[in-house]
Amino acid sequence: MATIEEVKKLASLARIKLNDAELETFTSEFDAILAYIGQLEKLDIPSDLKGEKPALRNVMRVDGTPHESGAYTEKLAEQFPAREGDALSVKQILSHD
Amino acid sequence: MTNPSTNPRDLRPNEMTIVEAARALRARALTVRELWDACATVAHAKNPELHAFLEIFDADEVAIAAAQKRIEANDASLLCGIPLAIKDNILIEGKIASAASKMLENYRATYDATVVKKLKDAGALFLGRTNMDEFAMGSSTEHSAFGATKNPHDPSRVPGGSSGGSAAAVAAHMVIAALGSDTGGSIRQPAALTGLVGLKPTYGAVSRSGLIALGSSLDQIGPLAKTIEDARILHTAIAGSDSLDATTIPESLYPARATSGKMRIGVPRHLLGEGVDAEVREAFNTTLKKLEEAGHTLVDIELPTSAHALAAYYVIMPAEVSTNLARLDGMRYGHATRGETLLDDYVLSRTEGFGEETLRRVLLGTFVLSSGYIDAYYRKASAARGVLRREYDKAFESCDVIAFPTTPSPAFVFGEKSDPLSMYLGDIFTVTANLTGMPAVSVPMGFVEREGPSTSLGVKKQLPIGIHFTAPHQAEEVLFSIGSAVEKI
Repeated sequence: MATIEEVKKLASLARIKLNDAELETFTSEFDAILAYIGQLEKLDIPSDLKGEKPALRNVMRVDGTPHESGAYTEKLAEQFPAREGDALSVKQILSHD
Repeated sequence: MTNPSTNPRDLRPNEMTIVEAARALRARALTVRELWDACATVAHAKNPELHAFLEIFDADEVAIAAAQKRIEANDASLLCGIPLAIKDNILIEGKIASAASKMLENYRATYDATVVKKLKDAGALFLGRTNMDEFAMGSSTEHSAFGATKNPHDPSRVPGGSSGGSAAAVAAHMVIAALGSDTGGSIRQPAALTGLVGLKPTYGAVSRSGLIALGSSLDQIGPLAKTIEDARILHTAIAGSDSLDATTIPESLYPARATSGKMRIGVPRHLLGEGVDAEVREAFNTTLKKLEEAGHTLVDIELPTSAHALAAYYVIMPAEVSTNLARLDGMRYGHATRGETLLDDYVLSRTEGFGEETLRRVLLGTFVLSSGYIDAYYRKASAARGVLRREYDKAFESCDVIAFPTTPSPAFVFGEKSDPLSMYLGDIFTVTANLTGMPAVSVPMGFVEREGPSTSLGVKKQLPIGIHFTAPHQAEEVLFSIGSAVEKI
């Protein structure tokens, strides 16, 4: 059973704010969804699969210069909500006080 | 089955397939400009009602002239001069790519997706960007931040989703063919509900560079088209490994399969009981019987873990959604609201930018990944993927393709599945191919009759349904072969 407090906590972890009505709706829907996905508990995983390397896994490309430096700077900077020259402007996060 | 006429000369240009249009362009029966105008005129006329496009682009005179020139020089590319529609989560440089979200309403793509670059190189034209469920989360387009798309076969019903705009645009002959993306059925399900062919390629067959990510271990870009041959042409044009997407795979990574002749069709009868409409099951059985009469063989197969596939999908997908969408925080691009603190900036931007279904899946994903639950949900679901894949590999020892209906029922009425779980259950047949990474196709298998909603009681509409085939990894050609066999019956 999901509780309103739990959903509120999840929202805070996900950087989302929910109003009381939304909290109530999501909480009640969560019960039905969790009951459904909870059926996975009943699934037996064969022991030889448990330690198997997954077929899908991360790979890294070699470090390098995929394109000329600065080629996308202006296009990317145009999307900034606030800019100073080519720099992205954000709130100060460290205080000197 | 979807061809309105066998004689291309009877067709209006916008009603042609890629093959028919390419032939007419080469025979000088049609110019690129005339083909563009035919599509654009119909698109502008029908879009106010259907809302398939979020934006219809102005004609690109340079691209049209270049395509005409290439055709006159007998260029071999069949896509040269063909107007296509692109789902709004695929980047076209300089155009808005919003993923039908308020979050990216004003986001302008800074580069071309690899698939778009390949289509441009092939001489294809882009008629517009199509509507979808926000960030591709949904099966109806009702979750678009800009209003739902309507099904051309019955505007009181959904076109399916999340690539519903692409499906409606092709089905209503507003465009010749389209690209969509498929994370759990988002190409195949709308294709089935609008009478089209829809292909979800093998995981890694097509580059996702420039696709706005939903579930990165599941997403693939693929075609929505009027015929199998058109789907094949589009798929061939966009497929191939790409240094910009490390998950793309080289050709012939998996063993080659016989791609022609008589097929052994595996049928998991145990999955077709409850929950599947009687008429859908009847159409499915009739289609299988006709395939048998045409010389193909039916094989009974068992896929016991399939019963858990949807549950595994609705753990893995939201987990990936919550991580992928964490990048959207109002800092570098997209919807940005400012509050007192930096944390307020994040929270306000995300809360205002995301729609309800997106919030729901971000929360669900945060839950299944949270400490204390990750073993019970996420790790268990990942292990279930391995079991499913093994079961399918085993089944493919005795058959070439596996068949079931694409959807348990035809297109539903707007608002009918307002409870999220009931909407999720409609994906039951399509999600497994994304979990196993295998290619799958939906091909039209006729129509079922349904009465309209209360406002038009007594009026019966013919609603399309689809048959779904899954093949082993990289065996797209097997799908095209069985798909053509269905088109011929």
